[in-house]
Amino acid sequence: MSTKQKVLVTGVIGSDTHIVGNRILSMALEAAGYKVIALGALTPAGDFVKAAVETAADAIMVSSLYGQGELDCRGFRELCIEAGLDDILLYLGGNLVVGKHAWPEVEQRFLDMGFDRAAPPGTRIETVIEWLARDFAARDQRQHPVKA
Amino acid sequence: MPVCALLIDFGSTYTKLRAIDVDGRRILGTGQGPSTVTSDILVGMKAALADLEKRLGKLPRFKYRLASSSAAGGLRMVTVGLVRELTAEAARRAALGAGARLVGTFAYRLTRSDVEQISALAPDILLLAGGTDGGNSAVILHNAAALGRSALSCPVVLAGNRSAADEAVVLLGAREVITCENVMPEFNLLNIEAARTAIRKVFIERIVHAKGIDRAHAEFDQVLMPTPAAVLDGVKLLADGCAGVSGLGPLLVVDPGGATTDVHSVASGEPSVAGVIPQGLPEPRVKRTVEGDLGMRHNAAAIIEAAGLERIAADSRLAPARVLALLDQIRGDVERLPQSAEETALDQALVRASVKLAVMRHCGSVETVFTATGPVTVQHGKDLSNVGAVIGTGGALVHSRDARAVMQMALADSADPLSLRPKQPKLMLDREYLLYACGLLGAVEPQAALELALAHLDPIDTEIPHEQSIGA
Repeated sequence: MSTKQKVLVTGVIGSDTHIVGNRILSMALEAAGYKVIALGALTPAGDFVKAAVETAADAIMVSSLYGQGELDCRGFRELCIEAGLDDILLYLGGNLVVGKHAWPEVEQRFLDMGFDRAAPPGTRIETVIEWLARDFAARDQRQHPVKA
Repeated sequence: MPVCALLIDFGSTYTKLRAIDVDGRRILGTGQGPSTVTSDILVGMKAALADLEKRLGKLPRFKYRLASSSAAGGLRMVTVGLVRELTAEAARRAALGAGARLVGTFAYRLTRSDVEQISALAPDILLLAGGTDGGNSAVILHNAAALGRSALSCPVVLAGNRSAADEAVVLLGAREVITCENVMPEFNLLNIEAARTAIRKVFIERIVHAKGIDRAHAEFDQVLMPTPAAVLDGVKLLADGCAGVSGLGPLLVVDPGGATTDVHSVASGEPSVAGVIPQGLPEPRVKRTVEGDLGMRHNAAAIIEAAGLERIAADSRLAPARVLALLDQIRGDVERLPQSAEETALDQALVRASVKLAVMRHCGSVETVFTATGPVTVQHGKDLSNVGAVIGTGGALVHSRDARAVMQMALADSADPLSLRPKQPKLMLDREYLLYACGLLGAVEPQAALELALAHLDPIDTEIPHEQSIGA
């Protein structure tokens, strides 16, 4: 595993002011040893990408609580590719859609949009930290394969 | 014998002198000569001294002889950063804050044509930034290598990702490189002081010599800084005060010039209304902006383009065709001073438009964002609605037949409720062109410099309103 401290960009996307959960998540990720660039509430998609470029971030973690997540996140992966962040890890969590929908269906919709993980309401922080550890390990393995 | 100071501004058109009685906090006299930096700077300096001597009778012994310079094109700089709104913007602000004249700003990876363009611009200093500390290093290293291979010969101030600095210095090759703190060490944290200091140091040690200003060294002790930096230092001293004397508090200065309009502010710029959310790069408390398209002479046509011909025509009470005819006259002779009532009216409309647009661009604005929980107000840029004073300087304003009507254009206007311009400041005029002198003298005698400026700024709140003075 690479020794460089991993950098995560967090924030609440779009015209969404629900900052509390995102702040708790950011603090927990910091406590777990990550360098967190917290953009806070009301963050346009482009600002996540700009912050990630400048800080050479390893992952972007998008929160959306107000039901407009799908609209706000449309084209997010493409925006990253456009900025040269082809391989950046993208997570998304919160109240992602309005109304009652089966989670696997919602999750698939966001995975199809290019997110690596989508988290439904009630996801525990420990789960997110586990996902990150596993996904980063897989990436490091891919980039620096251990010689047999 | 009182302590006297000679303050010199090597400008692009004139060499200007102010002789100050430091103890008495008064101006002894002023002198002016042509700017002769391109030939022999001593000629203009001697002419200015002779002019001063003629007015004073005899030149006193000066304890301090300090100079600033905007001659030979000013301090011409190019800035390079990574993301346009982040490190590239931070680099821009650092250069402007150091008193530079920006001739080019670049972001992301420099292409071959970018590098050719930079070499052709032949700046005095290049500021290279990019990446937060520990962040992106690929782009600054690419740019360092591209510049390293280029024909560019000027010193480079390196103020980017700390982790990439050593390697960048090597890639930049044989040219002089001054490494300083990152202009953005953490995401969205603006840190331009170190880069500003480094730029000024290079200016004093290298550029003053390169531009031939030190040929007049027998006539002065030191060139301290570029003139715009002296003005900015003077403005900061006026706002913040010094030990023993309080300043004016948060303020804004507008300086409509022949080629550009400069605006300086000293204020935190935080939202003045509770619940407003600031967005974007944090703003420097001491901020300078330069509007390259708003210049009373060299860019008169650009002012009309920005403000609209109809508006300029209406404000000057001239027919649009007449405005264009007078504009041609200015174009043909940029040193022309108004000679008829029509020309004076056009100048007044031009300076009013410049002040309005430049202050509007300097100040921030708010916008309403509709969220699921109701409307939220978001602020971009500095909220300067509560600054206590607005000071006008520069010939176009000071010599205006109605300076009050010009200064009013800097204020908040119910027609643009989203612009965060000053609401009810004291209006003051720098009639004696003292701000640069205050900045220079402030480097050695801050209290005297501050008291001198406070004593000579002319409040214009009480002047008779324009409407009543017509016909007088």
